[in-house]
Amino acid sequence: MKTIKLIIDGKTAEVPENTTLLKAAKTVGIDIPTLCYFELKDMNIENRPGGCRVCVVEVKGRRNLAPACNTMVAEGMEVYTHNIRVLNARRTVLELILSDHPAECLTCAKSGSCELQSMAQQLGVREIPYQGEQSKYRKDTSPAIIRDVDKCIMCRRCEMMCNDVQTVGALNAVNRGFMAVVAPAFEMNLEKSPCTYCGQCVSVCPTGALTEVDHSRNVINALADPAKTVVVQTAPAVRAALGEEFGLAPGTLVTGKMVAALRRLGFDYVFDTDFAADLTIMEEGTELLDRLTRYLKGDKDVKLPILTSCCPGWVNFFEHNFPEMRDIPSTAKSPQQMFGPIAKEYFGKKLGIDRKNMIVVSIMPCLAKKYECQRDEFKVDGDPDVNFSLSTRELAHLIKASNIDFSSLPEDDFDNPLGESTGASVIFGTTGGVIEAACRTAYELYTGKKLEKVDFKELRGLENVRHATIDFDGLPINIGIAHGLGNARKLLEDIRDGKSQFHAIEIMACPGGCIGGGGQPYHHGDSEVIKLRASALYREDAGKPIRKSHENPFILELYKDFLGKPCGEKSHHLLHTHYFDKSAGVFVEE
Amino acid sequence: MARQIRIALRNCGVIDPERIEDYISRDGYMALATVLTELSPEAVIEILKKSGLRGRGGGGFPAGLKWEITRKVQADQKYVVCNADEGDPGAFMDRSILEGDPHAVLEAMTINGYCTGASKGLIYIRAEYPLAVERLKTAMKQSREMGLLGNNILQTGFNFDIDIRYGAGAFVCGEETALIHSMEGLRGEPTVKPPFPSVEGYLKKPTNVNNVETFANVPVIINKGWEWFASIGTEKSKGTKVFALAGKINNVGLVEVPMGTTLREVIYEIGGGIQGGKEFKAAQTGGPSGGCLTKKHLDTPIDYDNLIAAGSMMGSGGLIVMDEDDCMVAIAKFYLGFTVEESCGKCSPCRIGNKRLFELLEKITQGNGTMEDIDKLRNLSTVIKDTSLCGLGQSSPNPVLSTIENFIGEYHEHVKDKKCRSKVCKSMMQYLVVPEKCIGCTLCARNCPVNAISGERKQVHLIDQEKCIKCGACLEKCKFNAIIIN
Repeated sequence: MKTIKLIIDGKTAEVPENTTLLKAAKTVGIDIPTLCYFELKDMNIENRPGGCRVCVVEVKGRRNLAPACNTMVAEGMEVYTHNIRVLNARRTVLELILSDHPAECLTCAKSGSCELQSMAQQLGVREIPYQGEQSKYRKDTSPAIIRDVDKCIMCRRCEMMCNDVQTVGALNAVNRGFMAVVAPAFEMNLEKSPCTYCGQCVSVCPTGALTEVDHSRNVINALADPAKTVVVQTAPAVRAALGEEFGLAPGTLVTGKMVAALRRLGFDYVFDTDFAADLTIMEEGTELLDRLTRYLKGDKDVKLPILTSCCPGWVNFFEHNFPEMRDIPSTAKSPQQMFGPIAKEYFGKKLGIDRKNMIVVSIMPCLAKKYECQRDEFKVDGDPDVNFSLSTRELAHLIKASNIDFSSLPEDDFDNPLGESTGASVIFGTTGGVIEAACRTAYELYTGKKLEKVDFKELRGLENVRHATIDFDGLPINIGIAHGLGNARKLLEDIRDGKSQFHAIEIMACPGGCIGGGGQPYHHGDSEVIKLRASALYREDAGKPIRKSHENPFILELYKDFLGKPCGEKSHHLLHTHYFDKSAGVFVEE
Repeated sequence: MARQIRIALRNCGVIDPERIEDYISRDGYMALATVLTELSPEAVIEILKKSGLRGRGGGGFPAGLKWEITRKVQADQKYVVCNADEGDPGAFMDRSILEGDPHAVLEAMTINGYCTGASKGLIYIRAEYPLAVERLKTAMKQSREMGLLGNNILQTGFNFDIDIRYGAGAFVCGEETALIHSMEGLRGEPTVKPPFPSVEGYLKKPTNVNNVETFANVPVIINKGWEWFASIGTEKSKGTKVFALAGKINNVGLVEVPMGTTLREVIYEIGGGIQGGKEFKAAQTGGPSGGCLTKKHLDTPIDYDNLIAAGSMMGSGGLIVMDEDDCMVAIAKFYLGFTVEESCGKCSPCRIGNKRLFELLEKITQGNGTMEDIDKLRNLSTVIKDTSLCGLGQSSPNPVLSTIENFIGEYHEHVKDKKCRSKVCKSMMQYLVVPEKCIGCTLCARNCPVNAISGERKQVHLIDQEKCIKCGACLEKCKFNAIIIN
């Protein structure tokens, strides 16, 4: 590749051709401020519409200023990133953006994590000289996501995520000029759109225009109610990211501190979604083996590949986009929704607690979980199996609001019996983890032999779509893995067109899997953060004494004591579900 | 009208646009025949480059160079696009050409296809031009029947066909990248250039976008030679330009004059001078994002470069003439109102900046402006021009800057004296009764639509300034000149 030599603020930079001025400047220690620009390196995710114009720089010989994020280097270019013309323009542009932004920082959900706020600080804006009318829109609250687009700055990151990365197509720019904003078609509510509630729009929104529906107040009320037994479950990915909210380095595992904090918050039982993840493997693994065995025996009706079904964003996606294929995914409920009935119908009944008096709270890296726990099929007489789902971020706020000094907390252990888990369940939180956990169990169940090498490194990584063949003692099992719904779409289309040779496929809606979920602490486009979270989970897995789900003693006891056998009648009733055709019913006039 | 030379408009009003025979009888399709049978694409491009033809849509980019760039890009498919998304208020030269001489555009697009290696042409036209669409369709059908469009044109083995795409009336879709997105079914908003459409355009393929008037010049240049074309005009602006004369001028309508004609010739010789014999104040060129030319520019030869030097631009050729009754602050506000409406909203300086400019101008025309506001207008205008993504925002503050430059006195009067000399900015006006002249006839009070005038019969009347909406009904009705505007 050709090398281009240019001068930026008097410094000579040498970069490959087709490099942007923004990246070229970074090579010589110049950090040009950006707002709409967004990148997740190594994951093929980039947003550079050149819309905010905060990153403008002067290029000698050019009539107007150039957006650094979207202007390519050229030989001999002379660039000035902070002369008076540039500084004045950049500041004026930011003042304009602020002039059309509600000054609600004191009460905004995004305060402290808001990139617009930090930009105003960075550029030292102390007043907004260009006051005027502000654009106002209807506020839209869905089961998981709140759109308060008065705060939208048209960076288009959400649109890029929703369309280019996730191929969901729920969000797009609408209206012209001053009223231009990102919204579902016809400015309808998100609930009427094909939105999957994956929350990736929320995780990239630089301002408070897109945030999660906050259920922490409901949880506080439940905890204060003496008539209620409040049970909490924590998803695997939470422990790998929660520490970031308290200033700990990304990738710090805070499992013990998290348990201690939850106990201090007043939860009666602190359990682990990981336990339910082990249960998921038992059910889904059995289902896989059943389908596989029938297939190998020549049963033509059996559907392969089997698709994982733990991810609620993914479930919403195929219900909207591929309803005709809804008999392919496993019928196993997600770990969150397996935990609910086990807590209420097994654990609660054992203690003599009526299900109406038990509140199950889940801590999730996810926003789609908020919607999932509200689905009608997961309720008994109107009582949801899981009452409230809080995101990692909401839990952090709850901890801070309850005067708990997180970093000084001692490490604590989960309660039993629903707190015991294996290494297999921990890695559910990262892309490839579910299928690796399934392989560990399915291998042993299928071959009857002990699996010596527990780590399936070929299933790990961050490439968008991954393939691997696992040797089941002479039987090659073809595995596909996709994270991000756009990648999932490709795999699904291949299956639909008969091009797929896979036996099993794992799909996670969010890039990176749950560790990159829409409810996680904001990564601000730093893909290293996501990688560090993944390695934290693999570390916890490696350190666990038991690393295969079917060896979890409490799982074995649960089957013996209550469920009978995997995919048995009781399991079928409590732990499996069915899917709906949601292709119609979106964008319907209210 | 002696100064006019009709090249682009050569057939308009002369031929029956629905009869291809009429077009052919005036050398129509002769250029295409010459090109296909005698000239290589390179030779045609060379002719065009030597002719000095520049884009007539506003940018003024050398047409031959654009064709050459598109030609040189390697691709399995290329496109020719005719930009017929005419949007400047009062400008209708493209419409006239499409309605009056549609074959000229088809012929030129086909020549372009031959030169650039494109087999497909698209005309992006406003859906609000139904007659132009109809005539284009008729023309396309006729030329296909005669083997002048479609497969194996004139038995030369060259294939080229044209399709129509409709615009929904967004001004910004005249910007070529926005136009292409609109044709692709996407939101009509521009993207950062480069890549230019010539390299990566419609469906990511090399796309040569030219304006209607630019295309209309091409066959004549081929037929009469580049030397002839280059002999018309100024050093850097060759040929003619069609202007749409509008405003306070006696002869409104389209005129086609050689580049380099002065504003004075256009207004006084061709346009017949100012209506009512009033005094010329300014002329807005380049549409809503152009600037105004004043008396001092009357003898400046009009061409691309002189207009830019004067703080305006050629644009698509709108020319709106203003007289002493026009308030220049209000004019600037009027044009900003248009850009605020028509901004796509993609980039912040254009989306919010133009709105703030409009609000500042509104504040000034309402008599609430401060001197600081004028400074803000200057800074904001400069930054919007400097930082906007596309040509719309890069030029939208021109009316503000050029009126501040040329008519700063009027701004000062509005701000300091709270006065609008042209009596346009009503907020600052007071309708007053002159007691010496009022005889108490009550006519004004009876005609006031908001009952703002009180007074007994045969007593001096009084206008309640709180209630007055400044409609001017009293002034009109008073037979004794007893009502004045302050």
